[in-house]
Amino acid sequence: MSDKKFDFVIIGGGPGGYVAAIRAAQLGYKTAVVEANHLGGICLNWGCIPTKALLRSAEVYHLAKHADQFGLKVSGLEFDLKKIVERSRKVAKQLSGGIGHLLKKNKVNVFDAYGRLQGKGVIGLEKDGKDLGTIEGKHIILATGARARVLPGLEPDGKFILSYKEAMVPEDMPKKLLVIGSGAIGIEFASFYNTLGVDVTVVEMMDRVMPVEDAEISKMAQSSFEKQGMKIITEAKVSKVEKHEHDVTAHIEIKGKVEKHKFDRVISAVGIVGNTEDIGLDATKVKVDRGHIVVDDYLKTAEPNVYAIGDVVAGPWLAHKASHEAIICVEKIAGEADVHPLALGNIPGCTYCHPQVASVGLTEAKAKEQGYNIKVGRFPFVGNGKAIALGEPEGMVKTIFDEKTGELLGAHMIGAEVTELIQGYVVGKTLEATEAEFMHTIFPHPTLSEMMHESVLDAYGKAIHF
Amino acid sequence: MPTNITMPALSPTMEEGTLANWLKSEGDMVEAGDVIAEIETDKATMEVEAVDEGKLAKIVVPAGTEGVKVNAVIAVLLDEGEDESDIDLSDTQKKPSENKSKPAKERENEPKKEDDSKKAKSEEAPSDTKKAASQAQTQQTSSRDNGERIFATPLAKRLAKDKGIDLADVNGTGPKGRIKKADIENFKGGSKANAINTQDANTHSGSVSAQSSGPDAKALSDMLGMEYTELPNNNMRKVVARRLVESKQTVPHFYLTVECQLDALMAARKDINDAANGEYKLSVNDFIIKAAAQALKAYPAANVAWTDEAVLQYKHADISVAVATPNGLITPIVKAAETKGLKEISAEVKDLATRARDGKLKPEEFQGGTFSVSNLGMYGIKEFDAIINPPQACILAVGAGSKQPYVSGNDVKIGTFMNCTLSVDHRAVDGAVGAEFLQFLKRYIENPVNMLV
Repeated sequence: MSDKKFDFVIIGGGPGGYVAAIRAAQLGYKTAVVEANHLGGICLNWGCIPTKALLRSAEVYHLAKHADQFGLKVSGLEFDLKKIVERSRKVAKQLSGGIGHLLKKNKVNVFDAYGRLQGKGVIGLEKDGKDLGTIEGKHIILATGARARVLPGLEPDGKFILSYKEAMVPEDMPKKLLVIGSGAIGIEFASFYNTLGVDVTVVEMMDRVMPVEDAEISKMAQSSFEKQGMKIITEAKVSKVEKHEHDVTAHIEIKGKVEKHKFDRVISAVGIVGNTEDIGLDATKVKVDRGHIVVDDYLKTAEPNVYAIGDVVAGPWLAHKASHEAIICVEKIAGEADVHPLALGNIPGCTYCHPQVASVGLTEAKAKEQGYNIKVGRFPFVGNGKAIALGEPEGMVKTIFDEKTGELLGAHMIGAEVTELIQGYVVGKTLEATEAEFMHTIFPHPTLSEMMHESVLDAYGKAIHF
Repeated sequence: MPTNITMPALSPTMEEGTLANWLKSEGDMVEAGDVIAEIETDKATMEVEAVDEGKLAKIVVPAGTEGVKVNAVIAVLLDEGEDESDIDLSDTQKKPSENKSKPAKERENEPKKEDDSKKAKSEEAPSDTKKAASQAQTQQTSSRDNGERIFATPLAKRLAKDKGIDLADVNGTGPKGRIKKADIENFKGGSKANAINTQDANTHSGSVSAQSSGPDAKALSDMLGMEYTELPNNNMRKVVARRLVESKQTVPHFYLTVECQLDALMAARKDINDAANGEYKLSVNDFIIKAAAQALKAYPAANVAWTDEAVLQYKHADISVAVATPNGLITPIVKAAETKGLKEISAEVKDLATRARDGKLKPEEFQGGTFSVSNLGMYGIKEFDAIINPPQACILAVGAGSKQPYVSGNDVKIGTFMNCTLSVDHRAVDGAVGAEFLQFLKRYIENPVNMLV
């Protein structure tokens, strides 16, 4: 076989694409990845990872500011924004390099180019306007990801209006920041800037922040953010931004009434759209619906031998969902045993604001809407020894069970380290544990995870520590 | 103190059986060693002996009860001086028929779990009592008919219990066949035989149904007003049916037929039998069993079984001999037949066949076997194709010998010829391998003297 013909060609080297490539190579297929920018995609370079690095700096800063609570004295505390950003970039770079090594180790060919479908099984490569010829793939996986949605009048200009990318590498701190959208991306930026002392206003169209989360969690999060000094305006939208020399005036429409506020920076985080344009779909049968490629349960598009995974297909738009789709897609093609469609109800979501939010499965409202009779368990951080010792008494673990079967329908958490805790419930859900298995599980003491036990016990009226 | 007589385990994998017959009645005195009852399992009928003496005071499980669990109390013996008021059945659980097919370990685990949540929501008594009641009736098996453990998620187990679905009926789609919530929700009911794995070895993990795929004969017959007598299927017939369906559906069969001249074999048989002075009498089939065993020894590539990971090549030729019994087909085994003489094989086959017809074989006498021989020659059948007996890879179908003209040199002669057809599992044995095995077999049959070498 020449170096131009592959069993698998994957367009896009993000958490969907590179995982697909490694798995395909592991299964013995000759595999290539075509990546136009950075291996690791948005997640690793401009998303999940570098924001976690920024938020870690903010967290340490926050702790240092409250050092006296722990009996420590810190004076002259300052932050160096340039170094915070440098650290974030370094982390991203290190991990992106790691992906390169992984692909090399698995003998995946990496093409540093922009890939486009060019007829059956053919992918055209282009770099900086230069045609680099074509390669061929028996199976082609589109993992081209997504980009920030741009609202008219709020196009990022690199000066006043920032997308996630510019917001991640600020050169100076704004005084007054407007964040439009309170989903995971918006609220993480709001949390970062707020912790570092910026006056932050968040505008959300729905009636609460983080609208995909359980309403009770949203409410707790909002009150916590407000306590930290964030301004939150719900059921509102930004209808217009007037730019001035040094700042902007945002027209915020609240239930039909317009309020004008001045800001010196605006971050727009109002969702994403799939990268479906300019990848050669026009000449194929691939269907696109509302900005995302339509695929079946096993990630097949309408075009034979063309598949799509990750953010370019339907949501939730999360890195771990993309990676899992990659495995499903490749293993299905390879005819591996035990390949199952994605279980949407078992995909956890994590937001790294302060306090953290993590969840899996149905919210209380959704469970009721779907006709379940439910049992709800709640356990507050204030009832947990480890939480108190950590100085993190704020938060809650909420569980929702189907009364009839004992199935864990959903779990919702807010508070310190909950993003690390949620996997316990995800494993349980995947194994189809009922309340009984959770009750019989011995959770280590003293840990925050004890709250996961207590919440289940509480759903059945048996909580011990509250 | 009264002595409980419990359901014995007739084989290591047996979990339940049918209490076929009581040979003693309530009130009878029994001695240790007396046969008091007969138990029927999938394949055999066995006798239950009293281990104590006393009066058979109470028969707990009536004759004809199916699905009696191993170790369930089936009767109570009273010592001298005791009367029936001493009998305490509280710990023997209810009627075994209600315990149908619930293995002990499952029973230990499940209700306890239920108890927990029941206590927690005792205020919601109505739905719970209903649940508890339905639970007592619908029991869960934790193993398939062949004793293989059933894997199911906790939620699937609970859903199955609530819906009265036996997990043994459900095909699992999870990792390694684990039954998941969706499998229970998608379960359409149907026959118990929906998911039966192979009996004696985990040769295949596929599952098949013994149900006919066409219209249900009973429904059709009733609809058309056809007259019939219903002959209920016993355990043995059900198992045979399932295994045959499974074999024919999952094992890729192919067939090879070879013609063997019997004249030398017939002559040898006559000489040996004449010399035996009536002490024994070898049949043609005894020779064929011996010939097959010798051929397998000489050519072990046909003495095999298929598994996903490896083809198992057996050291000994354990020949399963198909025996028709009033209850159905059974295949007792002449073990290591290549090491045995014709006289020994003949005596063993006679004994096994007699006991098979009486349903008195021990499980180890019909489980296992590496190669089968089925002979319908005595019915004048010229040749036929047999269904492979999994996990074995080959079965030899032996037809009737008949006189035929044949050409020898330039002469037409008369000889006795017999057709043997080998059914082969193509996964484990290729066409050429099967054919070469038949050449060995033919050589031994046509020149039985070779078997002495």
